[in-house]
Amino acid sequence: MPPIPPLLLAAEIGGPPRYDAAHHVGLVRLAERGALDFVTLRDSFARPGPDALEVLARVAPATERIGLVPTVTTTHTEPFHVSTAVATLDWVSRGRAGWLVEVSATEAEAKLFGRKPAAPAPALWREAGEVADVAARLWDSWEDDAEIRDTSTGRFVDRAKLHHVDFTGTDFTVRGPSIVPRPPQGHPVTVVDAVAGGHSEQTAARHADVVLVRAGRPEEAAAVAERLRARAARHGRDPGSLRILVALSVDLGGGERPREPGLDSAPSDAEGLHHSGGPVDLAELITRWHTHGAVDGFHLTPLFPERDLERLVNGTVALLQHRGLFRTFHPGGTLREHLGLARPANQYASAGETS
Amino acid sequence: MTTRTPRTAPGTRRAASGAPRTRRIHLAAHFPGVNSTTVWADPRSRSQIDFSSFEHLARTAERGRFDFFFLAEGLRLREHKGLIHDLDVVGRPESLTVLSALAAVTDRLGLAATVNATFNEPYELARRLATLDHLSAGRAAWNVVTSSDAFTGENFRRGGYLDRADRYTRAAEFVATARELWDSWTPPGPDAPYGEPRRFAHAGAEFTIEGEFTVPRSPQGHPVVIQAGDSDEGREFAASAADVVFTRHGTLEAGRAFYDDVKARLAAYGRQPGDLKIMPGATVVLGDTDADARERAAAIREQQVSPQNAILALEQVWGRDLSAYDPDGPLPDVDPDPDAALAQGRVRIGDPFEVAARWRALSEAKGLSIRQTVIETTARQSFVGSPETVAEEMHTFVTERAADGFILVPHLTPGGLDDFVDRVVPLLQERGAFRTEYEGATLRSHLGLPDPHRKADGA
Repeated sequence: MPPIPPLLLAAEIGGPPRYDAAHHVGLVRLAERGALDFVTLRDSFARPGPDALEVLARVAPATERIGLVPTVTTTHTEPFHVSTAVATLDWVSRGRAGWLVEVSATEAEAKLFGRKPAAPAPALWREAGEVADVAARLWDSWEDDAEIRDTSTGRFVDRAKLHHVDFTGTDFTVRGPSIVPRPPQGHPVTVVDAVAGGHSEQTAARHADVVLVRAGRPEEAAAVAERLRARAARHGRDPGSLRILVALSVDLGGGERPREPGLDSAPSDAEGLHHSGGPVDLAELITRWHTHGAVDGFHLTPLFPERDLERLVNGTVALLQHRGLFRTFHPGGTLREHLGLARPANQYASAGETS
Repeated sequence: MTTRTPRTAPGTRRAASGAPRTRRIHLAAHFPGVNSTTVWADPRSRSQIDFSSFEHLARTAERGRFDFFFLAEGLRLREHKGLIHDLDVVGRPESLTVLSALAAVTDRLGLAATVNATFNEPYELARRLATLDHLSAGRAAWNVVTSSDAFTGENFRRGGYLDRADRYTRAAEFVATARELWDSWTPPGPDAPYGEPRRFAHAGAEFTIEGEFTVPRSPQGHPVVIQAGDSDEGREFAASAADVVFTRHGTLEAGRAFYDDVKARLAAYGRQPGDLKIMPGATVVLGDTDADARERAAAIREQQVSPQNAILALEQVWGRDLSAYDPDGPLPDVDPDPDAALAQGRVRIGDPFEVAARWRALSEAKGLSIRQTVIETTARQSFVGSPETVAEEMHTFVTERAADGFILVPHLTPGGLDDFVDRVVPLLQERGAFRTEYEGATLRSHLGLPDPHRKADGA
């Protein structure tokens, strides 16, 4: 049997909306103590809550290693702003940024902007893919060594290393280059929640570094992962560069083993995997799935982050670490390093003169 | 209607005896700009993008008890002769994201972002500003700018179709709409610590939107609104809607005229003179003596106008390719091309014939080369002298009501205000002209601005 790759763990920190910095800093520091790969903070124009990207930018200087992945929606926000905000999160966190791509599907959200009516899901996810594409082009529109500070010629930048992206999507165009130099990770990590059979799966296969999948059993997860990797390969991507995490909602409010936990009792539907019980049982569940080898890890959504995240880190994660299944510290500095993903080459680096 | 606390004259603090205390100065720190005033060739110059640079300047400003930190914005790299302009510092972070991070490393300092009202929508920007205000516990500010620039518009869905005449219409409706959203939640109650969202509906020429806002009323109620722009419409917009005006008026006389003009417009909107602070952008060059400072100032002007930058400045006026000219030689004999669009993404300089004639006259009168002429005409420094001289002059500006304070623009990243904070701030404090400690927690309290009137239910 091939060696099992390292387990990846991420956690959502959103719950009942909170607007103060200290609450969020506390949760992310907790997750960082558990050496988790990254935290996510979900966000939507459709319900109360602060702007998630700003919250995680506020958290960045108060943390050191953990990846920071806010939801960023692509339906009503300018693609240029999406790209520069995520790039800036990468700068202020020194290479720990990602973004969880989402769309705004409802008419109610469309009316908050008043610019266009709500669109069907296939169109929204096609556009999300285009935004992910142009965001990456804008990140690459500055080569890493574009800033030269050459006093002999008086030039601050080498303009041959700045590129117009000239992107034409279905409903928008972007000329470029970005105003933000290429971020530390080259490309911040793109995360897509691929609801099984939903329209986000195509976008995930084509653009995501990390895909969140729903599955009730390891075999199911293996099938989804295989399908995603095959699709990624058809888009010319290395299927091994995809990290696939099973979405797992957890309620650690009860004691140990209040009922038959985890694997066998989990509902096998679109909701995916749910664990209700104790932190030790959760560690058992994760261990069983991980040794099966179907997926790279888990994205855990605690029912009540303030209560459950502490139990998750001090119970479940501590046990996994004790068993040698999960790291005890972050050996790398960037989110890509945590995930074992290479810093991407610049798509314009050999393109020569800018148009 | 709200009742207003009776107020003394703007900015005047009265001691117990009733004798007026000295007028206090407000200070802001402008992160060095993406333009030629920022000297990148100096060995002390550091990154324009690393967070450490922003942290250094923000911490310096807070150590100096400044009112706020200020970020400019540019949404397209400038071009010259169809090529990306390569002589000046370029590249910057997205403002609201970097300010959110700075909220973690500062405690009292106001955090001001320039954000374009043309290429954003009220719902999303109001939400981002309200979030920053929450995350910073009441320190957010927004410098409202607009653009009618199709060149910048090429980076955006909505393009750059806004007519120049419509710029302030859009800005005014944008600000009014943002305030409707900021006011839309109910006040906190025993069962709802943040209050509850209420539906809003706005129908105007620029925006027709409705729904619920996702963020409760923020600590300042309304983040501070800054306006930059000297046109008549700009002044009127500032008087109607802004809390701070960022101006360019550099001389005492021009400053007083501007100050009187703008403050006089406030009454028509039911506002008091102290409700709008006037803060010109200013540069400071310090030396141990005034002579030493003048020498440094001349050296900085030379750094700011490299030989290549001198030719570029000339080309921007003339609208012609002048790359064959010697920067150390005389000005060109040819006339400007008034129809040229050589420079993209920067403000045009005015009537090119008039500017060219003025530059020629100066060059002939003083025997100046191209580079010397550009240095003489474009690189201006507001306050040059020993710390004592600078403190005296700045205080005079404020006591003479030519300004309520200054937005200081250093020429070095990130240490450009270190000397000012170490050497001038203590002198201003000794005079009683500047705070020695923050007295409040919010930017509004630093600026002495009234709490914004919250619209009553159903209003």
